[in-house]
Amino acid sequence: MRTLSYLLIGIIFGITMFKSEAASWFRIYEMFRFESFHMYGIIGSALLVGIVLVQLIKRVPIKSFYGEPIEFTPKDKSFSRYMYGGIVFGLGWALAGACPGPMFTLVGAGYIPILIVIFSAILGTFVYGLLKDKLPH
Amino acid sequence: MNWIYEPWPWYVSGPLIAFIMFLLLMVGKNFGMSSNLRTMCTICGADKSAEFFKFDWKKQRWNLIVVLGAIIGGFIGSHLLSLDTSVAITENTIADLKSLGFDSAGSAYLPTELYGISQLTDLKSLAVLILGGFFVGFGARYAGGCTSGHAISGLSNLQIPSLIAVIGFFIGGLVMIHFLFPLIF
Repeated sequence: MRTLSYLLIGIIFGITMFKSEAASWFRIYEMFRFESFHMYGIIGSALLVGIVLVQLIKRVPIKSFYGEPIEFTPKDKSFSRYMYGGIVFGLGWALAGACPGPMFTLVGAGYIPILIVIFSAILGTFVYGLLKDKLPH
Repeated sequence: MNWIYEPWPWYVSGPLIAFIMFLLLMVGKNFGMSSNLRTMCTICGADKSAEFFKFDWKKQRWNLIVVLGAIIGGFIGSHLLSLDTSVAITENTIADLKSLGFDSAGSAYLPTELYGISQLTDLKSLAVLILGGFFVGFGARYAGGCTSGHAISGLSNLQIPSLIAVIGFFIGGLVMIHFLFPLIF
């Protein structure tokens, strides 16, 4: 049952990523050139609704569908890891035109070369794991 | 019902993404896609090489199922819910991309100059895809999250670290598009 719920959520996510064109390299390029409102509209409205929903969960004693309390893990306080890591991510996001969610959506859409991007992203994650202690966090 | 075959407008897509995050919270999980890349490293045996990969990956199996769903969703979105997948970006962007050699701008979902199947034998395209993917994977883990984990989940929870990360995403993206693209393409 739980497995099925994760699968269904993933399917809705995949369809939304494809149909919103957030999985399109062209949309990412256009966003970074500030030439269309589309991507800003998506992220902005997602955030607006997201903030309301998160506040609602925090203020109303709401439990998960399985009766468990809903927990939020605050992010560790730091500046350098978020800024440096963010910049590296942004360079890759603009170049490959795909972030870690849409990458998988594009596999389903049938774009074979995206597998190279996914493989390299796994490799990048691996190299980060090797260098973690040497990097400023 | 014809609208469903058209590209979905931002005011439908954005709230849907928030709804997906909400659904994941309601099943007791957090929205974050890049952590799957770490899980995949561990499954491939990376726990033998670095402490960072030593964790019980089975606890992350739910997220891999979300990934499987995202793949199926991509198939449904492109093959069953779309008649024409070309992305109508603005004329300015199209003109600009054509000047960089991206002739497929305005008539495709992904640039055939990078993602066409024939590009698999093109060294430059391969280098772009490999480098792009590598930075995404490295950067996402370094920053502790990607667009879903920071820009959506983190910012929705008003986390300052996520704001710093998102500012970083944009600095990197802007540098790539405005300064590095003219050198690469």
